[in-house]
Amino acid sequence: MAVIRKAEKRGMPALSTSSLPDIIFMLLFFFMAVTTMKEVTYKVRVSPPSATELQKLENKSLVRYIYVGEPMKDFREQFGSATRIQLNDQFADVSEIENFITMERTAMKEEDQNVMTVSIKADKDTKMGIITDIKQALRRAYALKINYQAGARQSF
Amino acid sequence: MARKLDEINASSMADISFLLLIFFLVTTSMNVSTGLTRRLPPPLPPDQKPQDIDIKKRNIFVVKINSMNQLLVQGEELNIRELKDKAKEFINNEANDPHLPEKTLKKFDLLGNMEYTKDHVISVQNDVDTQYQAYIDVQNELVAAYNELRNELSQDRFGKKFDELTEQQKEEVQTVYPQKISEAEPKNYGGVK
Repeated sequence: MAVIRKAEKRGMPALSTSSLPDIIFMLLFFFMAVTTMKEVTYKVRVSPPSATELQKLENKSLVRYIYVGEPMKDFREQFGSATRIQLNDQFADVSEIENFITMERTAMKEEDQNVMTVSIKADKDTKMGIITDIKQALRRAYALKINYQAGARQSF
Repeated sequence: MARKLDEINASSMADISFLLLIFFLVTTSMNVSTGLTRRLPPPLPPDQKPQDIDIKKRNIFVVKINSMNQLLVQGEELNIRELKDKAKEFINNEANDPHLPEKTLKKFDLLGNMEYTKDHVISVQNDVDTQYQAYIDVQNELVAAYNELRNELSQDRFGKKFDELTEQQKEEVQTVYPQKISEAEPKNYGGVK
């Protein structure tokens, strides 16, 4: 005689967590795809100026950065609080920019050398004197495509 | 019946992947860099002094920023909020004013005959002590003036915004409104240092 066997236990079955790793991995891959590695550790404090007519900086591998600002607290004792330039991970002088650009350019692929962009990431309270010096150095190094980094702002 | 193989306990997999996820969250940054893109003029040969290129006075739009971040536009003090309209008026020269830049007639494939101020130049001069933000503000307003003019022309002729135009249309609009913002050779205003 056929007996329909009923489940012995009633109630909620335990929630299966076996797909949890997959979900987390998906998140992980998402973040790996949309984010980029931090360029450098800042040694100068930079809060960029704001503007409205912004353009996105594309092709990050072709961009080299120059940071300008006051040294962070940890470096104040050693370097003072006057505005300094940072190239890669080090403090630098204006005279070193030309060399830096030339070095970076020779390290690039030949077809990319002409489209190299230099992005100036300067603090909004920087005096223009130092920026002008940087611009002159860049001109001498034939790095003519530049970008002034700025954040977004709605209007005045 | 064969004995079942012990399954590997996979419950710690989630923890491991969480750890990886957090590691990537910390070491990477999501911010997209944005900014104003400019092109610098090529360097002068070292033995050559900056020469004054002969540009008619009516074709130059001079914006000076002093150390107090105040603007002097065409010899008049001006608020930064008014700069954009002033620049647009200058670039466009709608009424063909003899004090504003001269107009040239050119025939375009798509736009037809257009009169535009071909030789105008906007010159930005700043002091050593000018604040960077003030300089960026000025650059921003000038770029905004060009962008607005381009959008107005595109909307008028093609019924679309400048960004949505085809390559050829873009090129022609750009010829009518080229971005001519020159950055002057630095001068030492406050005497020799």
